[in-house]
Amino acid sequence: MSEKVLRILVAKPGLDGHDRGAKIIARALRDAGFEVIYTGLHQTPEMIAETAVQEDVDCVGLSILSGAHMTLFPRVVDLLRQKGAGDVPVFGGGIVPDEDIGELKNLGVKEIFTPGASTKQIVDWIRQHIQPRA
Amino acid sequence: MSSGNAARKIDPRRIRPKHATISGMELDECYRAGDGAGVVGEPGQYPFTRGVYPSMYRGKTWTMRQFAGFGSAADTNARFKYLLAQGVDGLSTAFDMPTLMGYDADHARAEGEVGREGVAVSTVDDMSVLFDGIRLDEVTTSMTVNCSASVLLAMYLVIGERQGCSWKKLGGTIQNDMFKEFIAQKEWICPPQPSLRIVTDMIEFCTREVPRWHPVSISGYHIREAGSTAAQELAFTLADGIGYAQAAVERGLDPDEFGPRLSFFFNVHNDFLEEIAKIRAARRMWARIMRERFGAKTDRACLMRTHAQTSGVSLTAQQPTNNVVRVTVQALAAVLAGVQSLHTNSLDETLALPSQEAVTVALRTQQILAEESGIVNTVDPLGGSYAIEALTDRMESEAQAYIARIDALGGIVRAIELGYPQAEIADAAYAFQQATDGGEYVTVGLNGYTMEEDHKLEILKIDRAIEGEQRARVSAFKATRDRQQVAKLIEGVRSAAVEDRNLMPAVVDAVRGSVTVGEISDVYRQVFGVYQDPATV
Repeated sequence: MSEKVLRILVAKPGLDGHDRGAKIIARALRDAGFEVIYTGLHQTPEMIAETAVQEDVDCVGLSILSGAHMTLFPRVVDLLRQKGAGDVPVFGGGIVPDEDIGELKNLGVKEIFTPGASTKQIVDWIRQHIQPRA
Repeated sequence: MSSGNAARKIDPRRIRPKHATISGMELDECYRAGDGAGVVGEPGQYPFTRGVYPSMYRGKTWTMRQFAGFGSAADTNARFKYLLAQGVDGLSTAFDMPTLMGYDADHARAEGEVGREGVAVSTVDDMSVLFDGIRLDEVTTSMTVNCSASVLLAMYLVIGERQGCSWKKLGGTIQNDMFKEFIAQKEWICPPQPSLRIVTDMIEFCTREVPRWHPVSISGYHIREAGSTAAQELAFTLADGIGYAQAAVERGLDPDEFGPRLSFFFNVHNDFLEEIAKIRAARRMWARIMRERFGAKTDRACLMRTHAQTSGVSLTAQQPTNNVVRVTVQALAAVLAGVQSLHTNSLDETLALPSQEAVTVALRTQQILAEESGIVNTVDPLGGSYAIEALTDRMESEAQAYIARIDALGGIVRAIELGYPQAEIADAAYAFQQATDGGEYVTVGLNGYTMEEDHKLEILKIDRAIEGEQRARVSAFKATRDRQQVAKLIEGVRSAAVEDRNLMPAVVDAVRGSVTVGEISDVYRQVFGVYQDPATV
């Protein structure tokens, strides 16, 4: 077991309090063997980027159900870049209409999971796409 | 901020056995005489298991109340008028996240959120546009807002004044259930104790000044949506109700006066029999709580009037047309359980706020039940069913065990501070997700009977320009005010908060003088402090 365990930040940007999904994902990722840090609710993009850098995470998962994803998801990506952590992949989940997914990916969000995604799909995606940061 | 401990292990008993309800409650193969309560009772009689009124829907069909709100106040006003024209009996307002969290649209934290999850209301002028052309003494209105509820209620009262309606004639409900915010919905400003103080101020104020208003709607809905079982929803809702009634009694209010002003709000999920049993048990338990714990003498004070809403989380993004069927089954359960008002969800709600077409189907579902199904013609048709009565008893005893645990912890405020209901819900939510991912619980279209090509719905789009327009409106509104007067009114709210006087008169004065949602919420933040999410997983 020389492989480094991935550190993942699960974060809730914005004002909405729907944390059922974020908490389930955080727990499922832990059960899958990852190290998980959960920010709690009502985080600004600045707080999330700061935590990602301080905790030296390998990726950031954002959960939002208020419809503010087009503003807040790209903001987290930008702030990570500004802090020299632009290589930290950001993925997201929540109520995100199909038509927004392409635009979010163009803005640097690596993947979006929508209602009905299983925890296994998300765990598998992380295993395939996320490597420990150099 | 917590980096957290290892996730709690899930009790294997929580995993759903084969013939169990969606909450994991195992059922007998067949129920027989003697399995249920010996005494079923009568509708309209204490403890109201069979319903709160003797004639139930023969006397009055339930209120069809569709929750609506998006974009600007003008957008939502148009939706309200559409719904009224289509036959809704009552309005129900969904506010956007900044309004719900006590921020004006021009605040930095509002960015990206304005008008997206509900209607944007920062000022009394926004509220005026929201209800333009709707006589407030001719409709009843429900407002889903909690930590900033005192301000939104004040705005409604001021709009009523402007229309020439006496406060005594204004009827409706403001959700204002802060306990369930800490437990489940998680929109808050200040910590539990001062939050309870504001709720109690509103109960006291409305009991005296706005007698047709329900100042709190004790809500299981969000508890269930956050992932609780049916028994947890029932138990935590009643425990919250006990908390408010206790605070009101400690304030010196008479249970026979405030009791009839308390209202409830339950979820109606997929599991038909369990949901009916839950609501029947809720009525019986609450009646006994009011009489036995709080000494209410009149039956009116013991009678649980409840709103219900079909379950949002039960709907699927996959094959969304099937959601119409889920909503129908859930609405049927609500009606057979004897609710007083009902919101039926729209088939597109896992994708966006409902489109006009989708909300029309949802409303028509209720109208079909009322007009065509025949279930309104006799009261509590399931009363005396062996299975229903036995399950009603089961729900009661399971919920009673949770309430006893919360009592032992020192009451609901302490239980919330300890994170007890929150942890129970998170565990149940995770167990259900595992049952879904493992295929033990089948959801049609999601993990069974799946299809490659999904039918694409036309969803409601919120114009991104709305945010800038609303921000500009709020800034312009603020610029035209008399600054000294505004400062004086804000000081009035502050001194009422600090001196422990009932906040509502000062909040109403402030709103009348054009103080905003964000400005009054800022006073609460400064005086009472800001609650932080414990961030446990």
